Amino acid sequence: MSQLRAKTKHAMPAQDPKERITNFSEVALGYDEKLARAEAERCINCKNPQCIKGCPVEVPIPEFISLVKEGDYLGALKKIKTKNNLPAVCGRVCPQESQCEKYCILGKRGDPVAIGRLERFVADYELKQDSDDTTMTKAPPTGKKVAVIGSGPASLTAAGDLAKMGHAVTIFEALHVPGGVLMYGIPEFRLPKDVVQKEIDKIKELGVEIKTNFVVGKLATVDELLEGGYDAVFIGTGAGLPYFMNIPGENLNGIYSANEFLTRTNLMKAYDFPNHITPIKVGKRVAVIGAGNVAMDAARTALRLGAEESYIVYRRSEKEMPARLEEIENAREEGVQFKLLTSPVEFHGNEDGVVTGMTCIKYELGEPDASGRRRPVPIEGSEYKMAVDTVVLALGQGPNPLVPKTTPDLEITKWGTICVDEETGATSKPGVYAGGDIVTGAATVILAMGAGKKAARAIDEYLRSK
Amino acid sequence: MHKIIKKEIFSDTIKLLEVEAPLIAAKAKAGQFFILRIDERGERIPLTIADQDREAGTITTIFQEVGRTTKELGKLEPGDYIADLVGPLGQPSEIKKYGRVACVGGGIGIAPIHPIVRALKEAGNEVITIIGARTKELLFWEEKLAALSDRLLVCTDDGSYGHKGFVTDMVGEVAAEGKVDRLWAIGPLPMMRAMAATTKPLGIKTIVSMNPIMVDGTGMCGACRVSVGNETKFACVDGPEFDAHLVDFDLAMRRMEYYKEEEKIADEAGSCKCGGGCGCHS
Repeated sequence: MSQLRAKTKHAMPAQDPKERITNFSEVALGYDEKLARAEAERCINCKNPQCIKGCPVEVPIPEFISLVKEGDYLGALKKIKTKNNLPAVCGRVCPQESQCEKYCILGKRGDPVAIGRLERFVADYELKQDSDDTTMTKAPPTGKKVAVIGSGPASLTAAGDLAKMGHAVTIFEALHVPGGVLMYGIPEFRLPKDVVQKEIDKIKELGVEIKTNFVVGKLATVDELLEGGYDAVFIGTGAGLPYFMNIPGENLNGIYSANEFLTRTNLMKAYDFPNHITPIKVGKRVAVIGAGNVAMDAARTALRLGAEESYIVYRRSEKEMPARLEEIENAREEGVQFKLLTSPVEFHGNEDGVVTGMTCIKYELGEPDASGRRRPVPIEGSEYKMAVDTVVLALGQGPNPLVPKTTPDLEITKWGTICVDEETGATSKPGVYAGGDIVTGAATVILAMGAGKKAARAIDEYLRSK
Repeated sequence: MHKIIKKEIFSDTIKLLEVEAPLIAAKAKAGQFFILRIDERGERIPLTIADQDREAGTITTIFQEVGRTTKELGKLEPGDYIADLVGPLGQPSEIKKYGRVACVGGGIGIAPIHPIVRALKEAGNEVITIIGARTKELLFWEEKLAALSDRLLVCTDDGSYGHKGFVTDMVGEVAAEGKVDRLWAIGPLPMMRAMAATTKPLGIKTIVSMNPIMVDGTGMCGACRVSVGNETKFACVDGPEFDAHLVDFDLAMRRMEYYKEEEKIADEAGSCKCGGGCGCHS
């Protein structure tokens, strides 16, 4: 059989694009057992597996795939969980093409093994069965207490690992539900909230306490947590500060930050208005400014909320779009249109102060800039007007300043991110560690998880040496 | 979950709730606010902290029933619970000894002016408090504020109680008597805009408290953006208090109007027995 190994990975069943833009249900439906076994068979169990090298949380990939081949799915999951506390999330939202799958040897002559899809399969397999078989064992209690601020991917990873190491962990979350960007940002159709909730429940089962509606910096400062009995603190408060363009008309009604647009929809469930009371307004023509994953999420969300036309407006070209290829393809399939080398310079509104259009300018690509990408240069005299009823600004997010601002001896960069030792996440303040977007600026779920993992290890060492 | 300890009804639409929230009560400072979500389907709305009792571990809020959420809130009774309270949010008022200060509460703005009056008095200021409303029924806490202030002036638009006239008229009188070193004005946007227009030519540094639409209240979404001196600020983290003479009130008023239709739909759905589930409201 192995000689007939397929060069392409098994496609994952998905909702038809025409159908799926009418609902918020998950687009990608996941492998069934047969597909998963067949895909696992593609792994040649090579002598010197490179895939693990591409994984920020060091999942033992070949080992778990071997267990899938044998049909031992819970065993496979258990293997993953030795390193990764959020497999159902990672199987869905990790950019595997630039991580584990990038290094897969099969990728040299065809598609790499669909590692992410297999990870998702085994995680979902357990969630569907409501089995607790893979709950991780915990080290004996150390008597040490750790406060984890924020409950996004970095914090959940750090909290889960620290709990496994025997420490008493309390998560402090500002919103009314834990999960951070997994709950408020990434849409239901890409990452179902009950999947996130179940993974959070698993972390709670490790003994992690979660306090919601607790804004650190307001209800208590980092110093107060340390004085109040916590032996160490992990800051994973993320990139919660939306960037605006600072161009005329930006505060017109109908112009949302992507954070607001997605939070209303995902966290507050505005798509179910008025059954859920939070409203959202989406016009016929929606322009999303930016081309990252968040922009794709917003453009696709707009279609589901009833937009007739949804545009991605981006000042560079297709090649520079930061979103995952898969997300761009999904958006395109659903009918999202791309206006590239274009960006607004001004927004226009009606007498009620509601946006009705924008003046855009065209760009061409010049020399590479600091990011290594070719710099967009505005073309003089290329301004034109575009009619829009709703605008979503998906220009990226900065670090949330609440904790840095209220922690006087925490060293921060000029961008407002927290300075840390890259290997340990240690900040300038003893006993205080940080990781995820609050350190790197807006990045990915898995990088945040990797940082949470490193920090947990360092915190454990710190606590044991204390 | 937060238990309601006490309820007072000031008028058909203005109500007071005292709610268990020991952590918020311990930290709240004058000028700050909180956000609540009544239940699983609820929206997050910002409300002012009118008072706190650190020993009892409670905060007090006073609100006017204007839409779905405030009406639902008005129906709750002592012993009922509110799912989520988060706070204290926003920057506290800048309290210090200024000298002779005026605190103006218009309508529902009488509630948040209370802790500011108290803090300014404690800081050693001469505090002149002015409260006003459309009509007598909408006034409250007159005695409480009188006890804290050096002087209390009361007015109603229709003359049904106190002086007949607007709070801006009263400020003109107070300023004519002597220098006002700083003034706080909290109330509906038209009142705060009028106050800014009144005090600017008088050269009185004036602080207003903005209460725009918010979602998270921690600076994450930008729904609450206000333009202050042509700079965009987030009321939830940069405010809620801003220099009245720099605030773009027209923009603030237009932004408050954006969800008017939806607010009506939500309100109607709320008064229908289906609670919105029958599908005839969207």
